[in-house]
Amino acid sequence: MTQQGVRWSADQVLALASDAASRKAGSRLGAAGPWSGAGSCEEGTVWGLCKGSGSKPYQTIVDIAGPAGPAYKCSCPSRKFPCKHALGLLLLWAGEDDAVPTVAQAPDWAEQWIAGRRKRSEDKRPAGGGSSPAAADPEAARRRAEKRAERVTAGATELEQRLTDLLRGGLAAAEQARYGLWEETAARMVDAQAPGLAARVRELGAIPASGPGWPVRLLEECALLHLLDQGWLRRDRLPEGLAATVRSRIGLPASADGPPVRDRWLVLAQYDTVDVKLTTRRIWLHGAGTGRTALLLSYGAAGRAPELALPVGLALDAELSAYPGTGGHRAALGERFAAPAPLPLRPPGIPTARAAARYGEALREDPWLESVPVTLERVVPVPDGDSWQLADADSKLALPLTPAARSRPGLWQLVALSGGAPVTVFGECGHRGFTPLTAWAEGAGEAVPLC
Amino acid sequence: MTAWEDLVTTALLGTDRRPPVTGGAGREAPEALLDEAAVATVRRRAGLCPAPAARRPEPAAEDPRPALPAAAARRLAMLLSGRPGTGTGGRRGTSPDLMELLPQWLAAANARGFAAPPQMLPALLDAARGRTDLRPAALAFAGPRALWLARLNQDWRFALRAAPGGGTTLPDPEDVEAIRQLWQEGLFAERVALLTALRARTPDAARELLAGTWATERAEDRLMFLDSLRTGLAGGDEPFLEQALSDRSRNVRTTAAELLSALPGSALAGRMAVRAGACVAVDHTGDGPVIAVEAPPECDAGMERDGVVAKPPAGRGERSWWLGQLVEATPLTAWSARLGGRTSGEIVALPVADGWQGELHAAWSRAAVRQRDADWARALLGAPAAPEAGGPGAVSLAERAKLLATLEGGERAGWVAGFIAAHGLSEAFQLLGVCPVPWSAPLGRAVVDALDIARDAGSYPWSFSGVMGLAERCLDPAEASRLDGLLAVPDEREDASPGAGGYWAEAFQRLVTTLRLRATMLAELEHAP
Repeated sequence: MTQQGVRWSADQVLALASDAASRKAGSRLGAAGPWSGAGSCEEGTVWGLCKGSGSKPYQTIVDIAGPAGPAYKCSCPSRKFPCKHALGLLLLWAGEDDAVPTVAQAPDWAEQWIAGRRKRSEDKRPAGGGSSPAAADPEAARRRAEKRAERVTAGATELEQRLTDLLRGGLAAAEQARYGLWEETAARMVDAQAPGLAARVRELGAIPASGPGWPVRLLEECALLHLLDQGWLRRDRLPEGLAATVRSRIGLPASADGPPVRDRWLVLAQYDTVDVKLTTRRIWLHGAGTGRTALLLSYGAAGRAPELALPVGLALDAELSAYPGTGGHRAALGERFAAPAPLPLRPPGIPTARAAARYGEALREDPWLESVPVTLERVVPVPDGDSWQLADADSKLALPLTPAARSRPGLWQLVALSGGAPVTVFGECGHRGFTPLTAWAEGAGEAVPLC
Repeated sequence: MTAWEDLVTTALLGTDRRPPVTGGAGREAPEALLDEAAVATVRRRAGLCPAPAARRPEPAAEDPRPALPAAAARRLAMLLSGRPGTGTGGRRGTSPDLMELLPQWLAAANARGFAAPPQMLPALLDAARGRTDLRPAALAFAGPRALWLARLNQDWRFALRAAPGGGTTLPDPEDVEAIRQLWQEGLFAERVALLTALRARTPDAARELLAGTWATERAEDRLMFLDSLRTGLAGGDEPFLEQALSDRSRNVRTTAAELLSALPGSALAGRMAVRAGACVAVDHTGDGPVIAVEAPPECDAGMERDGVVAKPPAGRGERSWWLGQLVEATPLTAWSARLGGRTSGEIVALPVADGWQGELHAAWSRAAVRQRDADWARALLGAPAAPEAGGPGAVSLAERAKLLATLEGGERAGWVAGFIAAHGLSEAFQLLGVCPVPWSAPLGRAVVDALDIARDAGSYPWSFSGVMGLAERCLDPAEASRLDGLLAVPDEREDASPGAGGYWAEAFQRLVTTLRLRATMLAELEHAP
């Protein structure tokens, strides 16, 4: 039932690339030269033969409308994903109307793969609604969960001990402490199967080297870690929502068991954070009908782009189910009813004072929250010494940008887009400031991704 | 000290050294401290308010140009993402070099008067920062908002330097008082920009402005100002330039003389014609007419005042040095009367006695370029297929390229096409560079045929990479279909270089791909937004 819809823009295609090198290599293949037999079909599949260095051209296929984002297949030996041929093919498809004609029938080599995919996804669908392997033996699952809870409790107790020791000796001593001390504690938390605690501990280790004001930040983070430990140890006395937040912050698995909400979900922003082992992709969505903001997370092993890719400015007709806790933003993508299509919609915005208040309110549900998604309306980027602000056009107030946002190239795109005039900006508003992610010029104009 | 600061101090020193003031019963001190800090942290975060806004920058000037068509905007994003340093070294494969197409794209977009998409300005400025040759077109396309941005970012300061008047706006041409004030009080760069702009619109007013303060300017400044009179040079400038011939600075004198000699009706040109005429004559004593040359015996004060440099560069005889300067500054129209009423073609064809031909023809070439005399340039260039045109003749390739530039575009391309047909591509690069883009049909065909011949001769394509690169950028995209026959990999011949056939096919494929891309690029700009 999927439709190919409108072709993507080059930016949207390049957003799929796993790194800058792929982007560059893909761009160079995005012209008709090396390609032959390229075509696409209504169902949202694009294919083509790309002449490489060998005698036989590479066979490249991309399924744009896959239920979990685009899927790629290429006969080249590259381990990049998507490879440069897939990117080049999509750029060709995005760029020139006649280079990739829409045809009714795919060639045999492409048809085989398409049919295989379709079959697999149909096989999966009835299974998805029924029983999962975990549910097969509820008794065993319960025992496993209990066992894990015991381990986490042991870890949280140990961490509490370390924190009290730290404060007894003073944070000043922590400045000299080796980074290795924190790494070791983090490893203990991994053993305790509490990845959320491990990540927080690892971040504590970096704070003493983070410049002026570090004691304040270190105390804040120690206190919030203490709060999380205490929350876990007394979770049976917490209201259900807060208890779910604690479990999720500790890093226990949860299932997105909220009721599925169907809407046209506009992609507001997509960005990756890269770790040594893991690439995390965050995708912010805005429900055109419900007005809700939702966050999709997708992960990729180091060096590989996470599989889910949704270009900014497109909307997908799909069902989302919320995860429990953490303010209710995080959701899982359920069934998709159509391929993403452009939607000229902007989320309604608020002034800066409302945005700061909204973060404060959200802390009630989740005191560990770093930031909330917010759309600011009629704000002007204003230089403020070494830093920048987003100032209300109609009041004398402004939100500072986060230190990270100041050094990103997206800042200059935002400044250029504004030219000193008010713009609408979507981003994350938190205690460190505002991180702009997407902007719209006043009046008409497409969404401009800033990250 | 606030309660929070108190907590931070305690935490820094440790509860062993500084027991907390508060602290619940039954709990250990560190734990009580952490409890309080947690409450305080969440309270501090929840209570955050926006800050007072800093001073807002003046909004950027309005850009009245229409927005790019969507497809063209996407193309620009793609061309800019090809930055930086693509196509450096190594084999280039079959895909086009996107960065090389950016200048052409910018020229086409500027010709159609489109505005740049504001969010692409940072990438555009970065590209222009790395490549000075891109700057004029990139900054013209980037428009007023790019200058506004450049004032906020150190990295883009070059844009302010490149813009006329350092980014400040020049006064209205009608506003005589404002012009006079800027001329009298402005910085040097502003004054040069003002003079240049004024000269382009009202040449006489610009000269009068300069003449008004001439005596008080510094020598270096006088030279720069004088240089800006090149634009719109006309007879009316002569009295002023004559006066500058007796300037204190030698560089100013030389420049004034050079400008005067480009005015064929000027008194200086007349004096030079008399001097040169005394040195060059037709000698009928032999079998046929021959040009006899008698170089000037001395460089007198009058010659020096008229800009002749007395001292030759190392390795040149002083008499031939003086002769060259005299002939160069003589109006070419004077020679017909001096040399028996002959046309330029007949004069150039005359033999020159005693080995003076090189010196004399080179001086005439410089004169033809300076005076933009197409008739003499044509005569000096000769027939493109002539055997001496190919070799290192009397006129060097660089000088020939300059002579070609005085001809009208179509004739220029025709001459180079004839040259390539007769002599191949090995000497053609410099000459191709002065031909108008896109290449005319005869020129394009001559280049493609010559490439085909080079391939058949069995050499590798990278011996012609310069011409190939030019062809990618300059061939008319309509020619792409004529290249189809060259794309196949031919059977390898015995005498060919190993693998050359495949590389040639690859190079031609890139050529065709690039031409198609250029056609698409231009078509995208034609769409109504």
